[in-house]
Amino acid sequence: MSDHSSDAHSHGSVKSYITGFILSVILTGIPFWMVMTGTFDKLTTIVVIVILAVVQIVVHLKYFLHLNFGSEQGKLDAYSFLFAALIIVMVVGLSIWIIYASNAMMMHN
Amino acid sequence: MSTTHMNTHDAHAAGAHEEHHDTGGNTVFGFWIYLMTDCLLFASIFATYAVLFMNTAGGVSGKDIFELDFVLAETAALLVSRITYGFAMICAFKKNRKGTLSWLLVTFALGAIFIAMEIYEFHHLIVNGHGPGSSAFLSAFFTLVGTHGLHVTAGLIWMFIMMIEVAKTGLTNRSITRLSCLSLFWHFLDVVWICVFTVVYLMGAV
Repeated sequence: MSDHSSDAHSHGSVKSYITGFILSVILTGIPFWMVMTGTFDKLTTIVVIVILAVVQIVVHLKYFLHLNFGSEQGKLDAYSFLFAALIIVMVVGLSIWIIYASNAMMMHN
Repeated sequence: MSTTHMNTHDAHAAGAHEEHHDTGGNTVFGFWIYLMTDCLLFASIFATYAVLFMNTAGGVSGKDIFELDFVLAETAALLVSRITYGFAMICAFKKNRKGTLSWLLVTFALGAIFIAMEIYEFHHLIVNGHGPGSSAFLSAFFTLVGTHGLHVTAGLIWMFIMMIEVAKTGLTNRSITRLSCLSLFWHFLDVVWICVFTVVYLMGAV
């Protein structure tokens, strides 16, 4: 039991940190490059940078925060994160939806 | 910090090594739950920013004031500090006090570079008349980026205290538990920064 709790939280190897780091560099570099050079049109750029940000967050959770469903403690961590993520999507998503809809209505009147 | 404190007492009361170890795990889990509530704080500030960022009151918008080269350098400092903190933790688990202290120092320096750059950016904006009072956009911008900056500053203070603790008392189970919590905190702030540079700087400058 006691081994579980410490394993789930904080252990990483040099290799896993380096993998995570290289992935992060790539996933940070591409969006900055896209925006700074302006190679693509606005919509494509926004869609790609949002997707890459989400991918980078997942990489980060796996390689740096060591989130996993493997152990009992890992499950607790992961489910509490998923619950927080659900609330965040609701708070941010619904706020934006409501305010933008109300802005649109004001414009029409 | 109070959780850590309480648990330390519990561990002392329990005495046995196994109990101590398990309590450390609970402390880290408790800290993780705190981080999830911190996520909600950031989520509300992000929602506020998303709602307000177009209201520039006839003043500057993100496109006019963001310097992406500068933000890229800030991002790089945080990015490298991820892996250096990771190495500090690896050393800590191996009970390598010198290695832990060195990597913590490198991480601290990178975090300090980030904060110094952010203070410079804020100062630059305010001096040029783009302070938080100028428009709803700038209020939301300063609140969001400033809250992240305050968290990083808190992390730096914590890291400084941990360096003193490790230097003085070595890598006890207690200090490893604390370093694990700080590890979560530090990496959590990176996740927030990924959202900040994507939503605020990159989307603002597109």
